[in-house]
Amino acid sequence: MVDLFKLTAHELHERLVNKDVSAVEITKALFNRIDAVEQDVRCYITQTRELALAQAQATDEKIQRGDEISPLAGIPGAIKDNMCTKGIKTTCASKMLEHFVPPYDATVVERLADANAVFLGKTNMDEFAMGSSTENSAFMQTRNPWNLETVPGGSSGGSAAAVAASTAIWSLGSDTGGSIRQPASFCGTVGLKPTYGRVSRFGLVAFASSLDQIGPITKDVTDCALVMNAISGHDLKDSTSIPGNVPDFTKSLVNDVKGLKIGLPREYFVAGMNPEVEKAVRNAVAQLEKMGAQCLEISMPHTEYALTTYYIIAPAEASSNLARYDGVGFGHRAQGEDIVSMYKKTRSEGFGPEVQRRIVLGTYALSSGYYDAYYLKALKVRTLIKQDFDKAFEKVDVLLTPTSPTPAFKAGDISDPLSMYLQDVCTLPINLAGVPALSMPCGYVDGLPIGLQIIGKPLGEETILRVAYTFEQNNDYYKCLAPLGEV
Amino acid sequence: MDYSVVIGLEVHAELKTKSKIFCGCSTQFGSDQNTNVCPVCLGLPGVLPVVNKRVVEFAIRAGLALNCEILPFSKFDRKNYYYPDLPKNYQTSQYDLPICVNGYLDIEVNGETKRIGITRIHMEEDAGKLVHSGNITNSNYALVDYNRTGVPLIEIVSEPDIRSAEEAKAYLEALKSILEYIDVSDCKMQEGSLRCDANVSLRENEQAPFGTRTELKNLNSFRAVQKGLEYEIVRQAEVLDEGGKIIQETRSWDETKGITLSLRNKEQAHDYRYFPEPDLVPLQVSAEWVEEIRQSLPELPNARKQRLMEAYGLSSYDAGVITASQAMANYFDVVVGHGADAKAAANWLMGEVSKVLNASNISITEFAVTPENLASMLELMQKGTISSKIAKTVFEEMVASGKDPATIVKEKGLQQISNEGEIVAIVEAVLAANPQSVADFKAGKDRALGFLVGQIMKQTKGRANPELVNKLLKERIN
Ligand SMILES: [Zn+2]
Repeated sequence: MVDLFKLTAHELHERLVNKDVSAVEITKALFNRIDAVEQDVRCYITQTRELALAQAQATDEKIQRGDEISPLAGIPGAIKDNMCTKGIKTTCASKMLEHFVPPYDATVVERLADANAVFLGKTNMDEFAMGSSTENSAFMQTRNPWNLETVPGGSSGGSAAAVAASTAIWSLGSDTGGSIRQPASFCGTVGLKPTYGRVSRFGLVAFASSLDQIGPITKDVTDCALVMNAISGHDLKDSTSIPGNVPDFTKSLVNDVKGLKIGLPREYFVAGMNPEVEKAVRNAVAQLEKMGAQCLEISMPHTEYALTTYYIIAPAEASSNLARYDGVGFGHRAQGEDIVSMYKKTRSEGFGPEVQRRIVLGTYALSSGYYDAYYLKALKVRTLIKQDFDKAFEKVDVLLTPTSPTPAFKAGDISDPLSMYLQDVCTLPINLAGVPALSMPCGYVDGLPIGLQIIGKPLGEETILRVAYTFEQNNDYYKCLAPLGEV
Repeated sequence: MDYSVVIGLEVHAELKTKSKIFCGCSTQFGSDQNTNVCPVCLGLPGVLPVVNKRVVEFAIRAGLALNCEILPFSKFDRKNYYYPDLPKNYQTSQYDLPICVNGYLDIEVNGETKRIGITRIHMEEDAGKLVHSGNITNSNYALVDYNRTGVPLIEIVSEPDIRSAEEAKAYLEALKSILEYIDVSDCKMQEGSLRCDANVSLRENEQAPFGTRTELKNLNSFRAVQKGLEYEIVRQAEVLDEGGKIIQETRSWDETKGITLSLRNKEQAHDYRYFPEPDLVPLQVSAEWVEEIRQSLPELPNARKQRLMEAYGLSSYDAGVITASQAMANYFDVVVGHGADAKAAANWLMGEVSKVLNASNISITEFAVTPENLASMLELMQKGTISSKIAKTVFEEMVASGKDPATIVKEKGLQQISNEGEIVAIVEAVLAANPQSVADFKAGKDRALGFLVGQIMKQTKGRANPELVNKLLKERIN
């Protein structure tokens, strides 16, 4: 019998429905897998085995009773540690929230629990989702299952590595500038950042509110659609979530791209890009073209300003969102002689250097005298970047680009912040525009996965999934698992 | 030197919605500490605000009552500053696109009507309260009560159209009156549900450009607004007279010392780093909704005042006093509706009734005497059953016991004696007993008559009809 942990959610669902295995058996198989490889990969900040077993048990009882079960029922997954889980520590990989136990669930957590999904634990990340390698975690270093000397990407590195290491069948990440897609790319998994507002942000610890979006990281495109079905949709608790009905995303799992128009924005094929990455992406394009898609090169002239724009808007919002960590009501508190010294010590001790850097950047960008030159101008450029996408989507249905200019890099290799920021050069314009984008494997270089990014129109996840599914079904990448723990 | 005064007021009014502005918590005043709280108003990680539609409705009500334009598209912004009573260390407010703009409020000062412009009205959330251990300057710690965190506020900003402390007080009173009429705020300054900051500056004359202003805070009562402004005007005039310059700063009114003190100067002023609230979508208000709210507005103080003047011939002053409070005006309407004479009713409300209310510090809605009973009492007076003097005794008893006046008159035997025969007998007895006074009166000492009337009233316990007593007394002496 095949190792259960190696299967996808939809494969496991089939076995559950056929009573080939029980949810408890699946969950225990995942525990065993975690026991075997977690010390090498280090994805989990917190494991919730008791809860997982209870959840699995509940699904088994349903199956026993002959009740119909949802596609994710009894399927174990992991949640990034910046999504609130009632009664379970939610740390954001920060000393500031090391002992923080939220009294409420994030809406996505609630929805997955309603779907009877099984929660294995909370995954490691860059502190407050600020970073591209998960090296900014205050607690531990997660490694890439494809090569333990390399990073898993970030900030959702724990979530991507867990899926790649088969220590979770699915996981949730959050993406502010590429934090789902870049680690998905590094770890050879499927990661989708939905349209801004498609998935409720309630309970997601905010980094940059106008850019943050939760999405799935999965082994294949079908699982991505299943998780999207469970978590998407309007939420009364999030005013920025989009009202209206959500489609059944599994309907988009169609192996056909005939007639679809695919755009290749030339600005995304940047200088300094790994030539193997470019080759793999162009190969993918050629394949899709062969299958009947129409490909054309286009231009998105404001792309070069995206990085600067992003690094004004995101830190500006972060400086305000993270102001609440002051030691007064919750979280880390340092002793001070007066309130101001308490604030200063609390925040100096509680936040790591990257978080502090961004708070300073953002505070500066919003300060009187600088506001017009930085924040206001950034908002205007953001509009121009959005218009680039609007114009592109008048001509094409999806855009194809690399997810990251390089495959996973060695831990410790990138120490200067600006080089690290460049990691997200292909992903962050998408957040500025609020459109959806997915990353999936499209090749390997030196044994490390290469990510293909498929960008869609606002609420265009269905077209993205169709392209992704077609590409996936005509290639073998999804069948390749990270060579971890194999003898 | 005489200066021309320029004042603008920023008034914060707590809205009396049942729940807070961005969460479902109760806004109940006086609840146990930290009981009206939830993750949202505590600013816990990951929570998001959701705008309470009633708050928007109340803000629109206020805007319409203050003749504002209601913007179809407005937005919320974050005002960033660190203070331990502000859980998120930013206040969600409205900055450059408030919900209401360009309104006005007509006030009356010294019999003249004056129009004060309203620049804007915006919505925002209130902060919590700090409870210090002992003295604020040397306490070792402070505790935070978050019950008030997220209670909805509107800030009403006037144009710099106010020209004296008296006008400022009149503006504030008129504003309070309107907010109470439209039922959006309790406007209790002592409970902090109405707060006022003032910007004051002086200039040489009405045509001169505005001088440097100071901002006055901690004006916690109507009296404080007037006294604080009066003090600040004199202080600024003295500085200018001595050739000094006014420093742009924030000053705090010290009620006990009766002075204003510098709180912080321009350099120390907060940089609030306003930016659009990314957790809320821009607020869109339809014309239909605004119209619906406009239709639901009650008769406003000025209209009601005009009505009382026209319908009952009340003076502008009397009608103004009666209609300043909607509850008082409602009370008046019921009294008059029961057939009481409007002028008599107005006099009693402004006189005896107000005296009792002020002395016991209650509102007319808590008053023991129902408007129906007051109307009956006025009727007893009008019919001559009781004299105006006895009426005061009856009124006191009504206040004390809440009984109706007819019962009190009956129980205490307070009916006026208007029977001539009865009074004649007493008059004759008093005349016989006081020959000297009779002689004095005849000799031209008018005061003697007063003494004789007094004697008669004493014997009748004040119940004798005074007109009849005067008439009969004069007849008998002459
Ligand atoms: Zn609340």
